[in-house]
Amino acid sequence: MAKDIKMVNKKPKAIVLLSAGTNCDYETEYALNLSGAEAERVHINDFITKKKKLKDYHILTIPGGFSFGDDIAAGKVLANKIKFKLRDQIESFVKDKKPIIGICNGFQVLVKLGFLPDITRNQKQEATFAINNTGRFEDRWVYLKTNTKCIFTNGIKGIIYLPIAHGEGRFISKNQKIRETLHRKNLIIFRYCDKNGNINDESNPNGSENNIAGICSLDGTILGMMPHPERHIIKFQHPRWTREKLSFEGDGYLIFKNAVRYVENGL
Amino acid sequence: MYYRIEVKYKDDLFDSLGKGVKRDIEEDLRIKNVENVRTIEVYKIESDITPQEANILGKELFSDPIIQKFSVNQPLAADFSWIVEVGFKSGVTDNVAETAKEGIADIIRRKFRGSLSTAKQYVFKGNISKNEIELISTRLLANPIIETHEILNKRKIDKKGIIRKKVRTVPLVEEVELDVGDEELMRISDFRLLSLNLEEMKRIRKYYKTRVNERKRYRLGIKPTDVELEMIAQTWSEHCKHKIFNAIVEYKEGNRKSRINSLFDTYVKRATEKISKKKDWLVSIFKDNAGIVSFDNNFNIAFKVETHNHPSAIEPYGGAITGIVGVNRDIMGAGIGANLIFNTDIFCFAPPDIDYKDVPEKILHPKRIFKGVRRGVEHGGNKIGIPTINGTIIFHKGYIGNPLVFCGTGGIMPKKISRTDTSKKEVKPGDLIVMVGGRIGKDGIHGATFSSRKLDEATPVQAVQIGAPIVQKKMMDVLFEARDRGYYRAITDNGAGGLSSSVGEMAILSNGCMVNLEKAPVKYPGLVPWELWISEAQERMTVAVKPKFINDFLKLCRNKDVEATVLGKFTDSGKIHVKYKDKTVLYLDLEFVHKGLPTMVLKADWKNPDYEEPNFKESNNLTKELLKVLSSYNVCSKEWIVRQYDHEVQGATVLKPLVGIDNDGPGDAGVLKPIPSSNMGLAVSNGINPNFGLIDPYWMAASCIDEAVRNIVAVGGNFEKISLLDNFCWGNPIHSKNNPDGDFKMAQLVRAAKGCYDIAVIYGTPYISGKDSFHNEYDIEGKTVSIPPTLLISAFGIINNIENIVSMDAKKQGDLVYIVGETLNEMGGSQYYNLKGFIGNKVPKVNPASAKKIYKALNQITEKKLAASIHDCSDGGMAVALAETAFAGGLGMEISIKNVPADTKRNDFILFSESNSRFIVTVHPENKDSFEKLLNGCVFSHIGYVTEDKIFVVRGINGNIIISETIKTFKKAWQKTLKW
Repeated sequence: MAKDIKMVNKKPKAIVLLSAGTNCDYETEYALNLSGAEAERVHINDFITKKKKLKDYHILTIPGGFSFGDDIAAGKVLANKIKFKLRDQIESFVKDKKPIIGICNGFQVLVKLGFLPDITRNQKQEATFAINNTGRFEDRWVYLKTNTKCIFTNGIKGIIYLPIAHGEGRFISKNQKIRETLHRKNLIIFRYCDKNGNINDESNPNGSENNIAGICSLDGTILGMMPHPERHIIKFQHPRWTREKLSFEGDGYLIFKNAVRYVENGL
Repeated sequence: MYYRIEVKYKDDLFDSLGKGVKRDIEEDLRIKNVENVRTIEVYKIESDITPQEANILGKELFSDPIIQKFSVNQPLAADFSWIVEVGFKSGVTDNVAETAKEGIADIIRRKFRGSLSTAKQYVFKGNISKNEIELISTRLLANPIIETHEILNKRKIDKKGIIRKKVRTVPLVEEVELDVGDEELMRISDFRLLSLNLEEMKRIRKYYKTRVNERKRYRLGIKPTDVELEMIAQTWSEHCKHKIFNAIVEYKEGNRKSRINSLFDTYVKRATEKISKKKDWLVSIFKDNAGIVSFDNNFNIAFKVETHNHPSAIEPYGGAITGIVGVNRDIMGAGIGANLIFNTDIFCFAPPDIDYKDVPEKILHPKRIFKGVRRGVEHGGNKIGIPTINGTIIFHKGYIGNPLVFCGTGGIMPKKISRTDTSKKEVKPGDLIVMVGGRIGKDGIHGATFSSRKLDEATPVQAVQIGAPIVQKKMMDVLFEARDRGYYRAITDNGAGGLSSSVGEMAILSNGCMVNLEKAPVKYPGLVPWELWISEAQERMTVAVKPKFINDFLKLCRNKDVEATVLGKFTDSGKIHVKYKDKTVLYLDLEFVHKGLPTMVLKADWKNPDYEEPNFKESNNLTKELLKVLSSYNVCSKEWIVRQYDHEVQGATVLKPLVGIDNDGPGDAGVLKPIPSSNMGLAVSNGINPNFGLIDPYWMAASCIDEAVRNIVAVGGNFEKISLLDNFCWGNPIHSKNNPDGDFKMAQLVRAAKGCYDIAVIYGTPYISGKDSFHNEYDIEGKTVSIPPTLLISAFGIINNIENIVSMDAKKQGDLVYIVGETLNEMGGSQYYNLKGFIGNKVPKVNPASAKKIYKALNQITEKKLAASIHDCSDGGMAVALAETAFAGGLGMEISIKNVPADTKRNDFILFSESNSRFIVTVHPENKDSFEKLLNGCVFSHIGYVTEDKIFVVRGINGNIIISETIKTFKKAWQKTLKW
């Protein structure tokens, strides 16, 4: 655990990063708090102007939304803002191996920023997102074959069920080398699948290569994912809770809980 | 220097946008010889940036290194037959350009100076004629109201893409002579698009004659300034003052005559007043931007539904997006501001498969309107981050020239912040008038008066706007923070009438205001004072900031990149006083502006319409009939559109619009769990049926209320705690030479309003807010055509405990299937008749006393968890409800309609009658007795079973099988129609 930061009531401090157009901030804050963190919604301008400092926190979440309207390309302008105005702060956050999770728009930001997958370790963009191959925004629930390699997916068994809601989610690697390395280094954390775990075209909602829905960094402390774990924290958020017997905690809960545990157990 | 940066997908990559355009060309325009369409984004920049910087921007900002290519001052299009370049007309909001400026500043590390605009190139390959490409451009790619397009067949690079706006050289403030004859008065009203009638113009003239001395003090003459006249016209517009709804009506029905003093007071307000004696949860009704009711001990709910019909008719995307962000502001401006938690959208269009040759000239094809509206609501709702949890789409050919776009938003607010009651607005003299958010442009000038006249060639181009959702989102985020810190006392949105309306209304609370109009921030120079005062440019709120917090407030806004400007202060002078650069340009009595309007007297003459009563034999293939009804536009699945709206952002949607085993069944009402720590729910639904209105608007109103209420009850909503919103969309009901059936339309309105009163009072469901929109008509070849009279009833209800929510899908084989409620030979206006080309006359009625019994019983049933599924019967009747229940649950059914309580022996009538207050309920066998016992005294019957075999079988009156088909076939028929 980074020694210089105090946890509030022994709770890890988590940032929900805000910018113009962020809109999944409250539910992300709720998910973090429920998982035992002390979450705070902080506007990026407060970090840029040094009113607040990234190093005073343990977990960074870049939540979903339409940062800057997704104008030009999804996540692009926010990624540039971080790249050109917050570079030093965020690089030390990464170096300290503090967990970072980007959800939906946040994933797009992390990829365009070059933080994910960053196989070459020089923070150059190695992948991107194109408009869904359906050509439209879609809100639907997906099954995800989960790999436990990153700190966020510890203990998650097999398949989880979460909603997606995006128009630009088609993951594309820069080249064959990146594509292979993602696979070889086991960096693909979530893949769209059917309810039996079969990975096929029918269960791919946006045309992502290899059905990729989420990837992590080489050290497993940065996770980006298109599906929304914060929208499945309790069973009432499940689209079929009125007909299926479900446990109270939703499939997304453990992802946040894991980040909190990781910090609690010492960075 | 001028730079033109072009960006395109690398050639080997798939261009979804281009592909979509190609498909639309093939499907909608039936032009088949387009081989390929690719798109190029164009950024036209005139700035002091260096060529090196332009290159960096192309690389870092405008293009994606993995999938795109960019060029600076080099055309990218290659190997093509035609290029169509579409750009915005000057003055039209260009959101991407605004974002790009900020993105540039981040990279070049200095403020962007200069101008920037965007355009899009569509690059076509194929044997396409000049005519065809022109057709493609005007029908699919560009809307001449807001966009320019250029067709090229060779590469071209413009040297200078940005047209500078010419600054107008009109006098700053004009005085208008009103001491003229009647004819001239009306000419002034028409010429200035004031939409004021003669009586009103005369009243204004008279006012000025009594204010001669007072005006001299401010160097004003006896003639009104244009600023004053425009403000009066906006404030007195039908849109703002609801003149028709507040008129005296001389009503005639056969030999019976009566005089009604305001339909609103008599039927809507009086219903609520009567009901409110028994309900203690009404908080702020009919006096604010939205109705406010109590949710629990700590929170209130605000709800409002608006229409944005005329703008959507001429520019569907802009019309719809401003509709949604506009109603969002109503909720932000309810009390001292509610947090936005849901949207609900209802559209009425002409059928999308109508042939182009049947679409009158100058009217957009309904499919284009549909797609544009859908995209507008997607961008408005999704980008601001509000879940769209319920809605519907109605198709009727009567909407061809005038679609209806209803946008509703609900919000939640803590009852108290510090010690302030958040449902109340207060303004004290000395409070500062601060405008927050976007800047003022010429867009949206005359929106309020524009909606108060019919659509014709004179429709002002400025009335159309494009919303900027992110500008609004930023503004909202800041304002909620300011609200929680107690910086301001009152807040109102700048919608219809712009500042004149927001400041004018808030001034009532302190009894006056003083405004310095030259302080208002503008998008570009050239706006004269009256334009500044009434422009409806979007994304702006006006707040009354406490003087001691003004610096904190402005600083908070600045820190979040939100513009806020002090425009003046509130006073207690009794006057609205507006100056422009120290010169008084408007000086009016508050009292006159808000209460000086003369009351209209309107005639209404009701005659029962007489439609052909159909006389056809029951088909011997009712399976086919059911398939037809299921796939009809009004009944079919709306999944294609529902999925394009985020319906679960904020994480609170606990009953989604799509339910069932495959998440694709049609849920009855959307439900939210708005407070994480509480299990209380909020159910939202709508009722609408223009087909019934064509027969008798009284029963249309009754049916709409019943539909909205039964949808809430179906999911488990508490019948005792349902609130309603009324929304009337009509043709012009003012009789005149050019509108010979005006008195009939007025009578239709009276009938509908009466229906609203009668049913709501018995149900105990108060109206908490409403809206009316007249002039929903259009000219075709010199003839005025009105839409069908349309009433939308939106409802929300409290769910005591969300664990008791019931979804509509069948759950388990062996469950008993019940029909609750009585089925009557009420085929008039049904979808079944509609498909056969009839309207009929026997419109479904409502028996409110027996319906009430059913609703109360169902409340007990859901509370005791005795129902496995509940689905309301509406469009398409019982057969549709049964089939939907079955296929949404992935299960079959065996039904016998012999036992259906009905007054007809015709199988098809029993199956497709749209009688109100009915439900299909499935029940686990072990709950049979308790279930039936609770329904004691209600009409209901056990009519069959849920089966495992996935076949839907119905036996008729005589016991023989009349319908038999797999649920898969039914579902497919229901889904295919709007799967675009």
